Amino acid sequence: MSNPQIEIQLIAALVAMACAIPGVFLVLRKMALISDAISHAILPGIVIGFFITQDLNSPLLILLAALTGVITVVLVEFIQKTGLVKEDTAIGLVFPVLFSIGVILIAKNANDVHLDIDAVLLGELAFAPFDRLMVRGTDWGPKSLWVMGSILLITISLLLLFFKELKVSTFDAGLSSAIGISPVIMHYGLMSISSITVVGAFDAVGAILVVALMIAPAATAYLLTEDLKKMIGLSLLFGVSSAISGYWLANILDASISGSIATTLGVLFLAVYLFAPKKGLISVLYRQKQQKIEVSLITFLLHLNRHEEESERHINHLQEHINWHEVRARTVLNLAEKNNLVEIKNNVVSLTEKGLTFTEKSLEYIINNKDEKIEPMKEDFFLFRG
Amino acid sequence: MDNQKLAVQIDDLTVAYNYKPVLWDIDLSVPEGVLMAIVGPNGAGKSTLIKTILGIIKPIAGSVSIYGKPYSKQRKMVAYVPQKGSVDWDFPTTALDVVMMGTYGSLGWIKRPGQKEKKIALESMEKVGMLAFKNRQISQLSGGQQQRVFLARALAQDAAIYLMDEPFQGVDATTEIAIINILKELRKAGKTVVVVHHDLQTVPEYFDWVTFLNVKKIATGPVKEIFNDDNLTKTYGINYKVAVNK
Repeated sequence: MSNPQIEIQLIAALVAMACAIPGVFLVLRKMALISDAISHAILPGIVIGFFITQDLNSPLLILLAALTGVITVVLVEFIQKTGLVKEDTAIGLVFPVLFSIGVILIAKNANDVHLDIDAVLLGELAFAPFDRLMVRGTDWGPKSLWVMGSILLITISLLLLFFKELKVSTFDAGLSSAIGISPVIMHYGLMSISSITVVGAFDAVGAILVVALMIAPAATAYLLTEDLKKMIGLSLLFGVSSAISGYWLANILDASISGSIATTLGVLFLAVYLFAPKKGLISVLYRQKQQKIEVSLITFLLHLNRHEEESERHINHLQEHINWHEVRARTVLNLAEKNNLVEIKNNVVSLTEKGLTFTEKSLEYIINNKDEKIEPMKEDFFLFRG
Repeated sequence: MDNQKLAVQIDDLTVAYNYKPVLWDIDLSVPEGVLMAIVGPNGAGKSTLIKTILGIIKPIAGSVSIYGKPYSKQRKMVAYVPQKGSVDWDFPTTALDVVMMGTYGSLGWIKRPGQKEKKIALESMEKVGMLAFKNRQISQLSGGQQQRVFLARALAQDAAIYLMDEPFQGVDATTEIAIINILKELRKAGKTVVVVHHDLQTVPEYFDWVTFLNVKKIATGPVKEIFNDDNLTKTYGINYKVAVNK
């Protein structure tokens, strides 16, 4: 690998990590759309900042543009508070206005400004190594590496310092406010960090794809874990791995790096959505099917339990009595037999000892919902696993 | 009652959403050590009253004091059980972790919970019979169990005053009895408990004080003295006795 190649991957990985951390909290706060709004609405801030500083990586530009992001959030909340429109409408009203102001500003000054819409929307990671930090003639590496590195460092420090506060204000804003951890401060803190991250990252990945880096890793991690710390860890991992594999995908396809990274994130999410062990589509469908069979099994066992008379329990009558299709009836009967819950003598089905206790216990469970009644059966039956 | 300390005192409190008053000129005193129900129809401002006491909602007029001082100086004296539906139970965390949040108030900013806080949380979970579920993901809990977790979290706050917003909502009979027993124990320990309550039938059995609320305060006092058809009719706007007999 050449030096610029390593630098590009390093920048991509830093951007991915810096985006993933606020992304987790945006997803949990159901504010994913806000990241989209911020990423577009910062454009006028970037343009004005660029007029003043003439440098896309200047800290002043980043702060100015981030301020536009926070103003976006304030405007959205202001419009929403009038009670005339809902939040999504308010978002849809605010960010196109701010974005188009940015577009007009660029168009009016296109002749003397080195800034174009393509670069703003899509970014160009491949050019990042060209803009270098020179101090007294020494080359300290690409500027965006330093910018993103600083932003990531700030984000991680704030996360470590305020993890408890972020958690409680995200989960229960009411309690958070009552115990003196102001959810308003946490909200605007998160919005500020998200804005700064978006501004820092847009140069590399563009205003649209930065949304993918914020939301996709968190959404993917959400499907895999039920622990906030692990969710953050997984988001970081998914972000970085997508950034690096996206870079190589772009290399192979000779395509846009940011586009390839976003595609990788999408493919990763799809794979997890399908195959995640608990919340994945396939496992959900499998579980639903199992539960359907188990409900049938219990219905069947209860029927046997309730009917002493042999005619009700004759194998030929069972199907019409419970009114099932033959396939389903056979599946259930086989399942019951395999688990030694029933025995068939002279074509008459009866509950075994085990079947009898099982039926009684599940009846009790259904009536009073007491977990301890069903514990021993949990290993074998999805239905009782919660 | 004159020489009894007041846990909560509310004077001339008015709260409005978009200039529409939801609580109008409320004066209310909660004596120390009572188990009080707040009753009133939907939209009467019961939850708003609790949230205003806790400083979550800012009133447009009037004041709230906790043992004679503003709430912001007495945060650690008050524990809160919000409505169960006010949070997202799919949040990635465990029952124990939610209960631990009860200790965050006394920890203050930045300081992290440690072994001491964990011990407090585990003890609180034991009191509500949820110790066996401490590592359970909160979305995997039943409605009654979630309510117990919230109660345990309030116990972990270890306060003098407990404000609870519909703790009996959506729980089965067993859990309801378990919760009311804990509330009665709190009262026995000298704590003050204020509960937004919906089931009028159980008011005399569960509570010793009651406040009737419908935007304005209708009445407040001992259940034995003021829980009658007259006040119920004034609060609910229909002839209550007739409505029950039907």
